[in-house]
Amino acid sequence: MIFSIDNIANMLLGGVAAGMVLFIVSVGLSVTMGLMGFVNLAHGAFAMLGGYVIALVMRHWGVDFAPALAIGFIVIAAVSMVFERLLYARLYKAGELDQVLFTIGLVFIFIAGVTVLVGPENQPISLPPALQGQLDLGFLQYRTYSIFIIAVGIIIVLGLWLGFERTRFGAQIRAAVDNRRMAESLGINIDRLFAVTFGFGSGMAALGGGLGAEFLGLDPQYALKYLVFFLIVVAVGGLGRITGVFYASLIIGVLDFVLKKYLPQGGTLFIYALTILLLLWRPQGLFGKPT
Amino acid sequence: MSARSVSDTHPAALALMQRHRWRWWEVLPWILAIAFYFVFPRHLGFGTELLIMVLFAISLDMALGYAGIVTLGHAAFFGAGAYTVGMLAHHGIWNEPISALFAGAVVAAVIGLLSGLVLLRTTGLTLLMLTLCIMALLEEAANLGHDWTGGFDGLTGITIPPVFGLFEFNPLFPKVQYLYVLCVLLICFVFVRTLIYSPYGQSLTGIRENTLRMHAVGAPVNRRLIICYTISAAIAGIAGGLWAQANAYVNLSTLGLDRAATVLIILVLGGYGRLYGSFVGAVAYMVLAHFLSKIYPTAWQLGLGLLLVVIALFARGGILGIGEVLWQRWKPRRAPS
Repeated sequence: MIFSIDNIANMLLGGVAAGMVLFIVSVGLSVTMGLMGFVNLAHGAFAMLGGYVIALVMRHWGVDFAPALAIGFIVIAAVSMVFERLLYARLYKAGELDQVLFTIGLVFIFIAGVTVLVGPENQPISLPPALQGQLDLGFLQYRTYSIFIIAVGIIIVLGLWLGFERTRFGAQIRAAVDNRRMAESLGINIDRLFAVTFGFGSGMAALGGGLGAEFLGLDPQYALKYLVFFLIVVAVGGLGRITGVFYASLIIGVLDFVLKKYLPQGGTLFIYALTILLLLWRPQGLFGKPT
Repeated sequence: MSARSVSDTHPAALALMQRHRWRWWEVLPWILAIAFYFVFPRHLGFGTELLIMVLFAISLDMALGYAGIVTLGHAAFFGAGAYTVGMLAHHGIWNEPISALFAGAVVAAVIGLLSGLVLLRTTGLTLLMLTLCIMALLEEAANLGHDWTGGFDGLTGITIPPVFGLFEFNPLFPKVQYLYVLCVLLICFVFVRTLIYSPYGQSLTGIRENTLRMHAVGAPVNRRLIICYTISAAIAGIAGGLWAQANAYVNLSTLGLDRAATVLIILVLGGYGRLYGSFVGAVAYMVLAHFLSKIYPTAWQLGLGLLLVVIALFARGGILGIGEVLWQRWKPRRAPS
């Protein structure tokens, strides 16, 4: 029976968990692309680096999972802010081609660097015992870790939404996404806004890299392997729209999970075709504003 | 008559009128290519691969360098050409090399036309994503259509009859392949060069520099872009077809992100929008890759990354761009005006 309650709940939970990781990684990409108009193909590389920081501090310093996630976030946020100020900022006014070349170059450097320093093999992240095993939800048993990811994802979505809609800083970001010149002339410090947002987005990617390592794996090629997926999420969700990225992540997460299970051969093909059709219908994405 | 004499004598007018003329140094790449044939008879396989990448980079230069279409998925057309030639030969339908190349070009052009009709309406990230997705779609299709495309393993053992019934391909000593590819490259290059210097080519540069103004002067911007994209796709298809014929196999490496990235790097390394950037970039990249990538793969990747970052930040014209800057500095001293 394909359509039993168990099966549907199973697929939904698995897909939603995958979608939450997609969201946590991609949200920063969407905001930086919407805010700065920068095609940042190195975003997946920051997620990969974050995963490595988390895996390595856990293994070598014996740090627990939760503090390791925090360390990963802080380290990558700080590192990426340095990159943003020193390098990215020079290319904000350049064409897309230069941005693409520059960020592909960064991806290569990061992949090679990680391969030299850590090695080309997969880095497992050992989960704390509390997150292993199955959790009884009453109507079905499900993997504790997936439930944990969904819970974390919901907390992050709510937090981001509140921060975006209810704080001064969020209002500044929204203003700059909608009309950068106007925001600047109102006295918003765009440089600082860019740096902080970029750092925060990369930190989120690092968090997603660590949280998702359990089912996405973690090796140097991570930076390129999932890049197309992150980009699809951003393009489908619309630039600079947190809720848009959230819905797009969930749709693609669930779709990918279901298709992998019932159509293991042509699943990805279907997602690419769907993305193409959608972007032809709405070039600005499902939830983006028409330009 | 006086107006005419002004246009004949004014330096700017002269420069414009003589822009399309062949210069003495334009014969250099071809002399070098023929010299390579005699000097390095043992490396003709590598040379063939290099010439094919030059042709592929030229096709990308048309779309990206001249028309300013930023695409990440140009390998889609290379792969389409390669698979067309490979599948026709492998399934015993057609394997005469020159007409098979035409078939590859036509298939790639049709894909270019159909995708161009829709994706050239978009710009920026959406355009990038669409080109990327179309390439990924074709790659998945080639991977899945196992009966036709050989799936993950690709198609091996493609037999190519002699060119014109006279010159036979020898897989161990690819002399014929080299010269055959060189001839096709020359023909395609002359075609692209003529097109670039024609009024049509000028209008492409206009679109790249300022789309709004080209709309304002009444140029059919979208149609010109679509034509350019289609021709560029056809030439990429020819390059792919040559690759299939020269290697006698086709696999997924012909239409993946790796190949799309490689050709992009070759073009920007040499200098895009300069016609000869493809030659310079392909030689620089392929020679370095040939010696470094197998011995020190990680160092190669690191170096490539650094190179891209440096080009994007400081040397947007690539090697030819640096050469032009140096030439401009050197020239006034030689002939002060």
